[in-house]
Amino acid sequence: MSLIELQEVVKTYGSVKALRGLNLSIPEGCLYGLLGPNGSGKTTTLRILSTLLEPDSGQVHVAGFNVLGNPRAVRTRLGFVAQDIALDKILTGRELLQLQGDLYHLRSSVKDLRIAELTARLDMDSWIDRRCGSYSGGMKRRLDLAAGLLHQPKVLVLDEPTVGLDIESRTTIWNLLRELKSLGTTILLSSHYLEEVDVLADRMAIMDNGRVIAEGTPADLKKELGGDRITLRVQEFSDENESEEVRSLLSSINEVSHVVINRSQGFSLNLVVDDQNVLPLIRQCLERAGFSIFSLSQSRPSLDDVYLRSTGKTLMDAELELAGKRDVKLESKKAMR
Amino acid sequence: MTGSIEFPTSEPASQMQLASFTQETLALTRRLFLQLARRPSTLIAGVLQPVIWLILFGALFSNAPEELLPGGMSYGRFLGAGVIVFTAFSGALNAGLPVMFDREFGFLNRLLVAPLISRSSIVLASVIYITATTLIQCFSIMAMASFLGYGWPEPGGLLLTVLTLVILVFAVTAISLGLAFSLPGHIELIAVIFVVNLPLLFASTALAPISFMPAWLGWLATINPLTFAIEPIRAAYGGSVDLHTVLIHAPYGDVNGFGCLAILMGLSIGLFFLIRPMLNRKLA
Repeated sequence: MSLIELQEVVKTYGSVKALRGLNLSIPEGCLYGLLGPNGSGKTTTLRILSTLLEPDSGQVHVAGFNVLGNPRAVRTRLGFVAQDIALDKILTGRELLQLQGDLYHLRSSVKDLRIAELTARLDMDSWIDRRCGSYSGGMKRRLDLAAGLLHQPKVLVLDEPTVGLDIESRTTIWNLLRELKSLGTTILLSSHYLEEVDVLADRMAIMDNGRVIAEGTPADLKKELGGDRITLRVQEFSDENESEEVRSLLSSINEVSHVVINRSQGFSLNLVVDDQNVLPLIRQCLERAGFSIFSLSQSRPSLDDVYLRSTGKTLMDAELELAGKRDVKLESKKAMR
Repeated sequence: MTGSIEFPTSEPASQMQLASFTQETLALTRRLFLQLARRPSTLIAGVLQPVIWLILFGALFSNAPEELLPGGMSYGRFLGAGVIVFTAFSGALNAGLPVMFDREFGFLNRLLVAPLISRSSIVLASVIYITATTLIQCFSIMAMASFLGYGWPEPGGLLLTVLTLVILVFAVTAISLGLAFSLPGHIELIAVIFVVNLPLLFASTALAPISFMPAWLGWLATINPLTFAIEPIRAAYGGSVDLHTVLIHAPYGDVNGFGCLAILMGLSIGLFFLIRPMLNRKLA
């Protein structure tokens, strides 16, 4: 059974199409990663799931309940950890959690127990009674996560939970997410860190321009790309003629595919090999033609390669491209209720 | 998400619902009081300003001829009722500020993703908080006025004073909350509060009786809601709690104590109905 289900969801802000027919289905107990550059529609998707935003069209179900028809049932079962952490600077961490517990109608005894558990689990003992205004980014994020988990939700939705965090806080959060998953919580997390999704997620979707463009387990998605990536140079700085010559040599080998000359990297050659044993073959082939190998590096395909293949650009390039187009102030104004 | 703010209904689980509604309302109210306890400056400023008015304005006309004011009242005593109402008015006008900050900083979203029984608890918490704090401020002013020798109402008069203030505070809170949900940010809200505050005070009977005013200002003063709050309190301070007594000789006719309270009450209810659709939209 899928605990989160989105079908053909469309959402527009004025003339901007944030979601263009989004489909997503997340099975129970899954830790699901939503990967995409800023502006690809991740936050909009999560805000719709949390009942903060209404889609223009399409069906959205969380834990079997329609977010439009029965938002309160959804809210009871969902923990939402937003991207911009809104804490009350004047309250202490404990007071914020108590408020949160009351908003979710926890009984007093349950509330205190849960606060004690989460305080210990997230290492917050030494500062939970200090005012939120004095917290660092990592402390805020941990408290916010505790707030989202206080009512033991079946479904946990996190919007880029580790952006800008120190390594210690990030590790604490990763470990907690793994633990929650092992206890059966269904988790959806958005990220634009490839590594995070690769390490944490059971399944993942890549979003681009308001749609899912690739879906599956990280391993499968990488496997679809085929074999290892190899970067090869015959000299430290080669030239066009030489590299073209090498390219045609390499292309003649059966197990080698996708040979590309990277002009910005001193005419180095990027290629994909299907078989580990092809390396001696490459060496032989080049030596026979009088080339020596200056450097050769080999890597497994990464999620960035998946992204590159799906969109034709790297995630970094996509981020840079979108960064110039976004008006963050306008977006936060629009998100204001 | 569409639809309106549902008030707790009387279904079988209504007991549970009511308990949950109380729990969320109390928690939200408690937060506002915690903020106040840790940042009491607005409360203190809200008392200091009227105290200064009371002392300075009271002194300004202290040598005015005895029979100048209706009933031969001293100016200080006359002014007292005006300053008390001004305190309640300006205090309640700030009701929207915490809500506005919650909107701007995204804290409201934290409340909106929670399974509140009814989102009217957010509004109710504001109303409880602002009513309590403005009453504290008003009592401080009344104590100060008493200290300055401007009198203290009899028990019946005290009750009338509190009742009048509470109704006024409801009305002004409704306006302020309405503004907090419709204006784009706190700068705009503060600007509106700043612009509205003093003119409403001057165009009322807080500082001078209608007989002192030119006809046009007299008209304004007699349709100004503050006047309908000031006059019953002034009567209470004068020792009269008979609501049949005519308190305002307006150009359009006489208004007695009942009339004043009824107008305030009507205004208060009317305003809450007026802002309801907007609250529903913003909180739904």
